[in-house]
Amino acid sequence: MSGEVAVLGAGMHPWGKWGRGFVEYGVVAARAALADAGVDWRDVGSIVGADTVRGGYPGYVAGATFAKALGWQGARVASVYAACASGAQAIAAARAQILAGLADVVLVVGADAAPKGFFRPAGGDRPDDPDWLRFRVLGATNPAYFGLYARRRMAVHGDTLEDFAQVKVKNAAAGTLNANARYRKAVTAEEVAASAVVADPLRLLDICATSDGAAALVLSSMEFARHRGASDPVRIRAVSTVTPTYPTTVLDLPDIATDSAAAVAPAEETFRASIARAAYEEAGIGPEDVSLAEVYDLSTALELQWYEDLGLCAEGEGAKLLRDGVTSAGGRVPVNTSGGLASFGEAVPAQAIAQVCEITWQLRGAAGARQVAGARVGITANQGLFGHGSSVVAVR
Amino acid sequence: MSRTRTPVVADWFAGEGESFRLLGTRCAACACVFFPREDGFCRNPGCPGGELIEVALSRRGRVWSYTDGRYRPPPPYVSDPELPWEPYTLIAVELAAERMVVLGQAAPGVSVTDLAVGMEVEVVPGVLDEDDGTTWTTWHWRPVGVGG
Repeated sequence: MSGEVAVLGAGMHPWGKWGRGFVEYGVVAARAALADAGVDWRDVGSIVGADTVRGGYPGYVAGATFAKALGWQGARVASVYAACASGAQAIAAARAQILAGLADVVLVVGADAAPKGFFRPAGGDRPDDPDWLRFRVLGATNPAYFGLYARRRMAVHGDTLEDFAQVKVKNAAAGTLNANARYRKAVTAEEVAASAVVADPLRLLDICATSDGAAALVLSSMEFARHRGASDPVRIRAVSTVTPTYPTTVLDLPDIATDSAAAVAPAEETFRASIARAAYEEAGIGPEDVSLAEVYDLSTALELQWYEDLGLCAEGEGAKLLRDGVTSAGGRVPVNTSGGLASFGEAVPAQAIAQVCEITWQLRGAAGARQVAGARVGITANQGLFGHGSSVVAVR
Repeated sequence: MSRTRTPVVADWFAGEGESFRLLGTRCAACACVFFPREDGFCRNPGCPGGELIEVALSRRGRVWSYTDGRYRPPPPYVSDPELPWEPYTLIAVELAAERMVVLGQAAPGVSVTDLAVGMEVEVVPGVLDEDDGTTWTTWHWRPVGVGG
């Protein structure tokens, strides 16, 4: 397929709370990805950084910040921001440059150093900023929205707190096998149930932490990969970066209300479902072809929602898919073999890139104790606030 | 010292008691309704753009979902760090006529155990916080039939 790019290298800095700056993490991940690819940084034609809003100006120009830290060598540069979807946008930008013939090999880097506690809006009085308003007027933190989704699922689909806890149990078990994960301890359903309620009905262990971490990829044209002797590399076949369709019908952070569907009928699928559909269409595959998936489990309940949005099961059957073991290690479609956000915590601009790192290692058969047997097709899914879709399909 | 009552956001709600309403806008060209209000542009991609006229939203709706905040939110939410944190409830309410969901805090005293998805609630005036000179007012959702 002519639209493919090769994943030559993948690298990460372990997630945690390390107390250092995001640039250090990014450099470690970038060097790991370059070493994995066997590519000298000075031969990289373009660098794309996924921005962080938490590092001051260097964070807003992440591409140049990483380029300078690695040593200026004249590469083309871009920096992108799309909240939690920033990493996918960085991959999309890199891919577009490769497919357009503007660069043969591109380095993609995302890194963050997260503060303690709830994410909060940028400072100052900004009553025209929905993100500022939801905190000022409602005190609506990110977990508040996760709680709303979870309660809605319980009411509409009959999901239970035990179902949610089992997502954590599954992902924590995967995390014990991943040296890059921040949390590498098995968790029981009893431990989830005993943790403090943060946003009813969700408890502390239902909700992902915020972490330091970094992830990087070296992407190249298929021709460049062949010249480098990579005859059968992992290939990125689709990158979905779609926006919603008016009117939205699911209350998404940071919004205080959905759109009104009174005058214009809503689309048949939700925004999240449209993210996956666009990826499947671009890749020319369907949910039945997927070997494994990495989804954005900001909360345990949200992971179940992604099963449905990815088409791994029908609407409302996410909990059943989990209970049947389909998404667990050894199941038909293991989900979050990396351990997911449950084991990593969120390092915003790195996260969508980290998802592709995991898929890459799985498709190479190099995931060690986490390996999904015979993995051929992997899909990632994620959503950035303010309307950013993010889904990547990789194949081998 | 008496405080001035000021809406936390101008022109999002108005009225007292039973005449209290959330205020949105409606596009004169396509009839799309917006809350929070859009005054500069209609966001319907199929609309050439029309005049945006203020419109009161339905007073009552049904609970789409609900949650609470067991931990103190960060600024710009205002709370006194000297006082123990009092959790508050958030309700997302589906308005039938507008076919939209609007989030709001629940009236004081309403907890998640008082609520169920589908329950009828109504919008009532409320107080968000107070400082030296100002009582900042807001909207609250309250189950229908509960006095306040």
